[in-house]
Amino acid sequence: MREQVILRVITKLLTPFILMFGLYVIMHGEISPGGGFQGGVILAAAFILYSLVFGVHASRAVLSRRVTDALAGGGALIYAGVGTVTMALGGEFLDYNMLIPADAPAGQALGITLVEIGVGITVAAVMITIFNELSEHG
Amino acid sequence: MTGVLINDFLLTLMVITAIGAISVRSLLAASMLLAIYSLLIALVWVDLQAVDVAFTEAAVGAGISTVLLIGTLVFVDKWERVKPRLHWPALGVVLITGAVLIYGTLDMPHFGDPQAPVHQHVAPRYIEDSLRETRVPNMVTAVLASYRGYDTLFETVVIYTAGMSLVLLLRARRHPGSKGERTL
Amino acid sequence: MEFTALYNYWVYVALMMIGFYAVIAKTNLVKKVIGLGLFQTAVFLLYISMAFVTDATAPVVWEQAGRYVNPLPHVLILTAIVVSVSTMAVALALVIRIGRAYGSIESDEIRDDDPDHR
Repeated sequence: MREQVILRVITKLLTPFILMFGLYVIMHGEISPGGGFQGGVILAAAFILYSLVFGVHASRAVLSRRVTDALAGGGALIYAGVGTVTMALGGEFLDYNMLIPADAPAGQALGITLVEIGVGITVAAVMITIFNELSEHG
Repeated sequence: MTGVLINDFLLTLMVITAIGAISVRSLLAASMLLAIYSLLIALVWVDLQAVDVAFTEAAVGAGISTVLLIGTLVFVDKWERVKPRLHWPALGVVLITGAVLIYGTLDMPHFGDPQAPVHQHVAPRYIEDSLRETRVPNMVTAVLASYRGYDTLFETVVIYTAGMSLVLLLRARRHPGSKGERTL
Repeated sequence: MEFTALYNYWVYVALMMIGFYAVIAKTNLVKKVIGLGLFQTAVFLLYISMAFVTDATAPVVWEQAGRYVNPLPHVLILTAIVVSVSTMAVALALVIRIGRAYGSIESDEIRDDDPDHR
């Protein structure tokens, strides 16, 4: 699709907005519909659109295989890490009240935000990996 | 009432699309019908007030899975070889199972009944206490990440495992003999 | 009203059986994967239909809301949708590998190809 000028220009214009919307959905998931799963998929969709128009190599130049592999595990590790931190602070696994002992609901909100970020990273990285592997296999 | 009518109309369209998706011979057409089906079911979720689920379905079902299906068709035959014809034993099994399941639904609480058993336990606590306990207005997010945090943690691990299985299935074959990667 | 009282559940059965038929009767492996997808969404429909309450609003706190729909099935299905696309990707990767190994993705042709089955 290298000769499609309209597609290339529109993709370049849209990609930052799609990425921004994905981040917004992850961070705003507590107040409005959305969250780590949806936002992660939207982030991945930006990279998939970029790969479809400019080729997987162009998208690999931004996010290499090594980076997506690390992020896929890293997101799940952030999630489990929050649980381990709450254990270290004297609570149970994933007991977010321990994050801010003086104000338990604020601790819950903080824990939920961190966990959603972890979920978003894993989902985005895995979706990008799945698409890249499927499209490069040939 | 209008909501129920829209819901019934969309559900009928979904059944038609589903029958189309499994009966067309072109796999590309089947993929597109599946995308239409996903968008229809996302509309049903909005009508049933499941906005978070609708959001996910629109992004995942209509977006990513269509891309993956079409991406697969690049590498395999795009047409079903055999002409579709009715498979009578399968149809019999399906009809009997369906009849048993329909019989099971006759005892279920009516659609939209606030007194249904499913709304009597656990859910009222989430609805009443989640804002006070977590300061998160979206109950779905609060339940997802806090009350049922273990569930979500291991769902994330399942997604990670699926990604890694795909890497094992497809990546290792690509560079036979190159450093650090073996052919299977 | 009597007709619509259980219509959602009947549609769930119909969709599930359409998917089930595809999994049993279709020889094409991509069609089987599509059938599994239909089967999965039928289960999602059952859950979300059970969560619905007449005249209730979406489960986001709102001062003017009288009743909310049940958020718990939404949570279960939300994660299940993302997991379903991941498992579908693994199934499609297997289909690609099978297509490479046997030159066909029709299960009866693959069976004829297999020396143990001749």
